[in-house]
Amino acid sequence: MIDILYIHTPPAVDRASVGPPGFFADVNLDQIIDAVTQGRETYDLKPDFRTPLRSLEEIRYRHETMRDLEDPGLFQGIKAFSGQLGRVRGHLRQLDQFHESLQKDRWFLEAVKLYADAAAELRVVLADARLGSMALTRFRTYLDGYLDSGAFQAMRSEVEAISDQLGQVRYTLLIDAACVTVQRSDQEQDFGQRVLDIFAKFKQGEVKTYLVDFHKQVQLNGVESRILDRVALLYPETFTALADFRAQHADFIDPSIHKFERDIQFFLAYLEFLAPMKQAGLPFCLPTLSNRDRSVHCLDGFDLALARKLVAQGSPIVCNDFHLDPEERVLVVTGPNQGGKTTFARSVAQWHYLASLGCPVPGREARLFLVDRIFTHFEKEEATTNLRGKLQDELIRIQEILHQATGDSLIVINEMFASTVWQDATMMALAVLDRILDLGATCVWVTFLEELAGQGGRTVSLVSVIEPGDQVARTFKIRRQPADGFAYAQAIAEKHGLTYGQLKERI
Amino acid sequence: MKTHLMFPDRDFDASAELPDHAEDLVQDLGLETLFGVMAAGDPDLKGVAKAALLAGLRTVEEVRYRQEILQDCLRHPEVIREMYRLGLQAQADEKKLLFGSLGGISRYPSYLLHHAVQLMEILLVPLKGLKTLADVQEGKFQSAGLRGFFQMLERELDPDYFACVQETLKILTFRQGLLLTAELDSGNKGRNYRLCLSNARKVGWFRQWFPKRPRQWSFYIDPRDESGAKALSELRDRGLNGVADALMQSTDHIKNFMQALRTELAFYLGCLNLHARLGELQAPVAFPVPLPAARPILNVTGAYDVCLALALGRRLVGNDLRAGEKQLVVITGANQGGKTAFLRALGLAQLMMQCGLFVAAEAFQANLCSGLFSHFKREEDSSMKNGKFAEELERMSAIVNQLSRASLVLFNESFAATNEREGSEIARQIVAALLEKGIRIAFVTHLYAFAHGLYERLGPAGVFLRALPPADGPATFRLEPGAPMATNSGEDLFQQIFADEGGIGAGVAP
Repeated sequence: MIDILYIHTPPAVDRASVGPPGFFADVNLDQIIDAVTQGRETYDLKPDFRTPLRSLEEIRYRHETMRDLEDPGLFQGIKAFSGQLGRVRGHLRQLDQFHESLQKDRWFLEAVKLYADAAAELRVVLADARLGSMALTRFRTYLDGYLDSGAFQAMRSEVEAISDQLGQVRYTLLIDAACVTVQRSDQEQDFGQRVLDIFAKFKQGEVKTYLVDFHKQVQLNGVESRILDRVALLYPETFTALADFRAQHADFIDPSIHKFERDIQFFLAYLEFLAPMKQAGLPFCLPTLSNRDRSVHCLDGFDLALARKLVAQGSPIVCNDFHLDPEERVLVVTGPNQGGKTTFARSVAQWHYLASLGCPVPGREARLFLVDRIFTHFEKEEATTNLRGKLQDELIRIQEILHQATGDSLIVINEMFASTVWQDATMMALAVLDRILDLGATCVWVTFLEELAGQGGRTVSLVSVIEPGDQVARTFKIRRQPADGFAYAQAIAEKHGLTYGQLKERI
Repeated sequence: MKTHLMFPDRDFDASAELPDHAEDLVQDLGLETLFGVMAAGDPDLKGVAKAALLAGLRTVEEVRYRQEILQDCLRHPEVIREMYRLGLQAQADEKKLLFGSLGGISRYPSYLLHHAVQLMEILLVPLKGLKTLADVQEGKFQSAGLRGFFQMLERELDPDYFACVQETLKILTFRQGLLLTAELDSGNKGRNYRLCLSNARKVGWFRQWFPKRPRQWSFYIDPRDESGAKALSELRDRGLNGVADALMQSTDHIKNFMQALRTELAFYLGCLNLHARLGELQAPVAFPVPLPAARPILNVTGAYDVCLALALGRRLVGNDLRAGEKQLVVITGANQGGKTAFLRALGLAQLMMQCGLFVAAEAFQANLCSGLFSHFKREEDSSMKNGKFAEELERMSAIVNQLSRASLVLFNESFAATNEREGSEIARQIVAALLEKGIRIAFVTHLYAFAHGLYERLGPAGVFLRALPPADGPATFRLEPGAPMATNSGEDLFQQIFADEGGIGAGVAP
């Protein structure tokens, strides 16, 4: 069976038990995956979004499909196909609700008709597209063979023939007191039209309609059911053919087509999630991934969870560059509060994770390292109130991370040791930093401890900066520069009239 | 079927939006009095009179079309009143049947159909009445409009037609058996239920419900089967849905036809009421001679302010004006000398002519104007001087937005809310521009510098009338041709001398 998600055998994962990875909540990936899969709950896509790929070959396989689906014609065509298959399943569910087999038979026929039309339309969509992906090309070949098969062709022409016959069924009902008489129709004159014709001469303009909307219930009531039984007697060949058809085509949905329709949702869901952000002008790209080269970057990246909210509100989004030279490992981010530091740290984790799913990532251009695992160390609000308890908790957590992490891991640390005195915090942080550098793991560390930023060598200092001229309004820009802690202080001081110049004047 | 008593080729819309300037005209010309006399207490008549007067006709043919119908109406008012009565009768009967809205029955086509049949029977009464009237009265009328209307009734409502309608209604009250056709939808449920006539029609109405045909299957609903009975009545309702809708829509069409007739007749009834009242006052009226807008002409004999006459309840002295092709009429002179009344008389005559009415004058000949506008000093506006002047200019600007060639603008002491020099200069520029654009102007003014300047420059190209100061005894309200004079009366002199100091607005009596 064609598998468009995996080129080789998929990892043996128990889909029911795949929970969100531990770091999901810290970097808002839980929000992102919720939003991506929203509206597609029946497809149970979350396990797929919680299972990162380990091989570059698998990632390339998905990249090819993602690239093909950038063609709007193909995308919309496949989406339409998926919608039609949804209606087929809806028909089959509805069918079970009926008591009368005459009604079941007809709904079954309509379901097969929808299915056959959908498959035929999908063939046209795939034929019109310039496919570059191995997955879609293989599926196209399979679909062509299936549609050309004698079995499918026969089924389809049988559906058409029976539908035609049913479309010609016309009958009259003579309702006389409690007696209902059913006959074949003989092209009787429509009395409503006759009334309209008689009074047409008075027409001055359009008038309102008095047509009553009857509630649309698909079930037959007792009288309708008895009428239908008799209509079937009036058209015996038609209704016999209809019943035979259902008996002979019980499992008409091809398993490969069924699987394709389910698996393609992974791509459709993700691309649809990106669409409003793309429309707002935000850049996305398929990153170049490596499991050896440590020279990485992402240009004009941003936080997907935040961008989704801001685009919905129509607010602007600040993009940031990220880059590490081959020997660099640790990014130390300092700067004013609310300056976008945590957002930046989260987005670095998001990019790495989404890249490992084979998905496009935020940014104009990206080259990323395929990390084996992602660890996060964020302040836990619900931790014990006792100060020593909180510090202890933080230390235990970082120790666990350092045990599990390898040189291929990504560690994101956000404001560790914020609850202890500056001197102790600096000492402990420098010790943790040493261990991370020893591991060789990639790390983003948001901190107020500027000593960390001044280590040089394999650590890089980033600062959330304030644009000159508009000192109080923060820009959420993260720049590579030494941490000096000055720019923001100047802004706050000026706001309160406490700069050197201001104080000289005031005093 | 169209009534077409207001236009030869289209319906009259009494609820059409009035021109932006309509309310100013109502106020400045005192039109409420006129509407009131035409309505004679009937709000429908008032609404139609207002709509017709304020939405003037644009072609001589349209004016003549209404004038001829009105002349027919004046000759045979009793026929017109009878036609209107038939329309009112139908409206009243239909309301009796309905007790307000359709309410719950509109959800059940079988009830709706029953209601529609009754309603149709009621609506047929005035139609037959109109037809009878047409049979008897047709020969009496000369106008194209009324002759056409009666001929249409003769043609469309012949006896065969009424017979056919009666037969149809009879079928629809026959409740013994319904023959429906239906198809199957994509879930094998019946759809497109329609009431139909059996093809066995020839054998008569009773037999058609029980035709002999091969292959039929019947079943009975048990009398104790409540849900079955309910399902059956829903099936009936589905079957009657289309025909009930068709018949209800048909009653609406007939109601709309009768409504259109009432609306159009309401205009002529209003004209009859006005004619009768002026007759009582022995005030003269005349059918005006409308001329195309392209050729400016204005000749008036004995025109008076019809609203003032109606309000005072007496005949007024008329004034003459032989403007011919001259586009500018300037009226100066004494206060209380009848200047404003004559300005209104001109406007009213133009308005009445352009809706097809007779005019309050001994004779009136004028081109149709593309729009009538009034710019009157607003006495009641007691805001500060600057505010009042600004308000005047705003109103002028609003008028300018709507002006086109062959418009007529009536100015009554405009631009006097500032000092005379400033007011004169503004007025001069406006008048000069409007004249160049082919717009007729009638201007009542106290602004001597302005009026004198016009006389100096335009002289023979305009008509200059002067009101005589009231002598001892009753005022004459006669206007006579004459150049603007610097001293008309002591009050005006006072105004001229003090106006330049900006202390008192011109035209305000001390």
